Amino acid sequence: MSFDPTVDYPLGSRRPDLVETPSGLALDDVTLEAARAGTLVASDVRATHATLRRQAEVARATGRMQLADNLDRAAELARVPDEELLEIYTALRPGRSTAMELEEWARQLEGWEAPLTAAFVREATAAYIERGLVCA
Amino acid sequence: MLVTPLPELGLVAANGPNDPDPELVVENGVVVRMDGRPATEFDVIDRFLVAHGLDLDVAVEAMALSDLDVARKLVDVDVPRAEIVRLARGLTPAKLARVAGLLDPVELMFALKKLRARRAPANQAHVTNLKESPALLAADAAEAAVRGFAEIETTVGVARYAPLNAISLLVGSQTGRPGVMTQCAVEERRNLELAVNGLVTYAETLSVYGTEQVFVDGDDTPWSKSFLGAAYASRGVKVRFTSGTGSEALMGHAQGMSMLYLEARCISVVRAAGSQGVQNGSISCVALVLSLPGGTRAILAENVIAAWLDLEVASGNDAIASHSAIRKTAKLMGQFLPGTDFVTSGYSVMPRHDNTFGGGNYDADDLDEWMTIQRDWQVDGGIEPVDEAEVTRVRGRAARALQAVFAELGLPEVSDAEVDAATIGYDASDMPDRDRAADVAAADAALDRKVSGLDVALALDRRGFEDVARAVVDMQRQRVSADYLQTSAVIDPDGTVRSAVNDPNAYTGPGTGYRLEGARWEALQALPHVVDAATLGTGARTVQPIVVEGDDAAVGTDATEVVIAVGPAFAGTIRETINGLDHGDVLAAIVAGVAEGGGSPRIVRVRRVADVAFIAHDGARLSGSGVALGIQSKGTAVIHRADLQPLDNLELFGMSPLYSLESYRAMGRNAAGYALGNRVGPVPTELDNFARAKLIVRTTLLHARETRAVVKGAEPIELFLTALPQPVAL
Repeated sequence: MSFDPTVDYPLGSRRPDLVETPSGLALDDVTLEAARAGTLVASDVRATHATLRRQAEVARATGRMQLADNLDRAAELARVPDEELLEIYTALRPGRSTAMELEEWARQLEGWEAPLTAAFVREATAAYIERGLVCA
Repeated sequence: MLVTPLPELGLVAANGPNDPDPELVVENGVVVRMDGRPATEFDVIDRFLVAHGLDLDVAVEAMALSDLDVARKLVDVDVPRAEIVRLARGLTPAKLARVAGLLDPVELMFALKKLRARRAPANQAHVTNLKESPALLAADAAEAAVRGFAEIETTVGVARYAPLNAISLLVGSQTGRPGVMTQCAVEERRNLELAVNGLVTYAETLSVYGTEQVFVDGDDTPWSKSFLGAAYASRGVKVRFTSGTGSEALMGHAQGMSMLYLEARCISVVRAAGSQGVQNGSISCVALVLSLPGGTRAILAENVIAAWLDLEVASGNDAIASHSAIRKTAKLMGQFLPGTDFVTSGYSVMPRHDNTFGGGNYDADDLDEWMTIQRDWQVDGGIEPVDEAEVTRVRGRAARALQAVFAELGLPEVSDAEVDAATIGYDASDMPDRDRAADVAAADAALDRKVSGLDVALALDRRGFEDVARAVVDMQRQRVSADYLQTSAVIDPDGTVRSAVNDPNAYTGPGTGYRLEGARWEALQALPHVVDAATLGTGARTVQPIVVEGDDAAVGTDATEVVIAVGPAFAGTIRETINGLDHGDVLAAIVAGVAEGGGSPRIVRVRRVADVAFIAHDGARLSGSGVALGIQSKGTAVIHRADLQPLDNLELFGMSPLYSLESYRAMGRNAAGYALGNRVGPVPTELDNFARAKLIVRTTLLHARETRAVVKGAEPIELFLTALPQPVAL
């Protein structure tokens, strides 16, 4: 059955069939029994790109456009490693990066199939240049 | 301290003289002017808002409406929430501030009630302590959970403690009530690590500011903060931004603008950044805003703007607002009565001196009053009454569960003494000292080896806390489905997420929306200290009869006689006065007093009436001397004389709660004095204007019982004390 963002929320109780862990474990298998058996491990306990995209659709269906955009970026960032996530955040802080460095992060994000976030970084770069928030 | 406004420093609450007029000029789909600035002068906030914060299709329509028209829509019960939320997508910060500034306090409250995102209000707790005692954190978190808080927040005194505090909160909260969300407010890197490991589920440390200078001084931009919000969400963390009036003035860069205008810019950034919600309502600057005229109103107005922008609102009331309990509570009512998604963004479940957030505006010692105010107003402030035995049980279990987890995970031992102290302790001073160096080292190691929420669950499971283990696993499952990333999400004990998506506020006037009624109202009114009205004042302490009844009372002939006329229920269905004096002792004291004064006492019961004046006057007409002392069961007494009008008297003793047996003895002496025609000084009486407030319920119940004992038209009868009057020990 396909996903309908206007009726399938909450996914956890209404459409658990659509939700998996990154390794492909079904949501209903995220249980104490699976943890005891070792089939559920901590690194697998997180939302996937697909789940976050569906949450973005739910937000968009309720008219919350900015939240939806944010969840779409979150979906992309699910593919970005933890360490780089923090590095990009630091790079976006005021006066931390040159325009070239920010552009480099945008290219890297495209490599992680994160085009929305890449565009977001480029948009920031343009604003930072105007407001003197990039390093020379 | 109260100060006059000083707009050039941003010390003006709302409607500042330098605030720009609302303005939005769009040419060819591009914003060329906004709120007094041309695009070339847009700062980083303006640029972010233009890029993400304005729906230009709506803006043309919404900005063309007059301020007053928009303001009236906010309080028009026939304009649904969805419509005004739609309009807000096209409003600039100056317009939002201007419109909110037009509403008076009651209009703001009505608007807030209408605009709240989630159907039912909830509350958030602070749980910290000065020693960072893990057992006490767990016990306090469990208590917060069982009292109904939907979210619990801790922080650290020493940053490296973070994983231990997060584990303590996770274990405690899930012991108290499954589904409660937790956070540990620490710097971003550590916070993200805790989130990745599944030790926390939400964050609200993302602060935004209303001027570029303060934003940049805070080492962020709208883009960096928005990115961080997405980063947290990507790791399954519910994110709430933080902003509040007064922060720009405090940090010295308000650019001459009013607090409310700058806050409208902040909240607009929060929405544009894609946060589902905001901790909002001055927060840590509250005392600064309250120093200014209209400060309380401005804070409520910022809550309204946040809700209007369709954001979850955790509405402050956490930082100490004032030394005055009256001002604090007056301010609270603005959020408490309409109800917000989280009425406080941190109710201090422990005493405020253990609150390391600098919070504790309302704390452990205020819980009874908070719940009483809920009961007074029939309003849900998100805190549930729980009896002490249950609180103690849950606290003890949480502390033991945490002890087990620490032992299983190889963390420094939590001793039995700590468990016991955390179970019944009041604050950190009751807790045994720990080896804090060892704790910090263990915390570092726990982060290094990525101790996770699953590790915590398995540890609980191995030590026999299977139900808590399942609750912790269920929180991990929530991170996978990510439903709580939607606006205003909370989690029911059965794991169902309730948010503005599936449980929205649909208030459209009386009879609609969330109302405190049914089982929830029953639960919130059943406070542990409520007294069963049916059992009040029956005085079941003695079972022996106090008096025996004789024949109908005849008119006396002894000129020294003083009749002691008691009410219909006296020493019968009521056996003690309002302040607990046994009716037998009272009669004995009066009899002794009459005798001391040279009179001859005779006791009668007046049955036809419950009013003390008529009781006494009926007695006087039977009295050989014409003087009687009448007394109601609750203890109110009158000395009367037969030739006076019934509602006149010689002496009235209306302060029954204040009388002792000695008082009644003195009344007896005085009555004898009047009977013998002696000069009589009035019995000294005290005045306590709180007596009515304290005892009006008891008075009502006692009088109802007295009235019920009335026998219409019945003659007075003689009464005899079963025990001979003993001299009253004085």
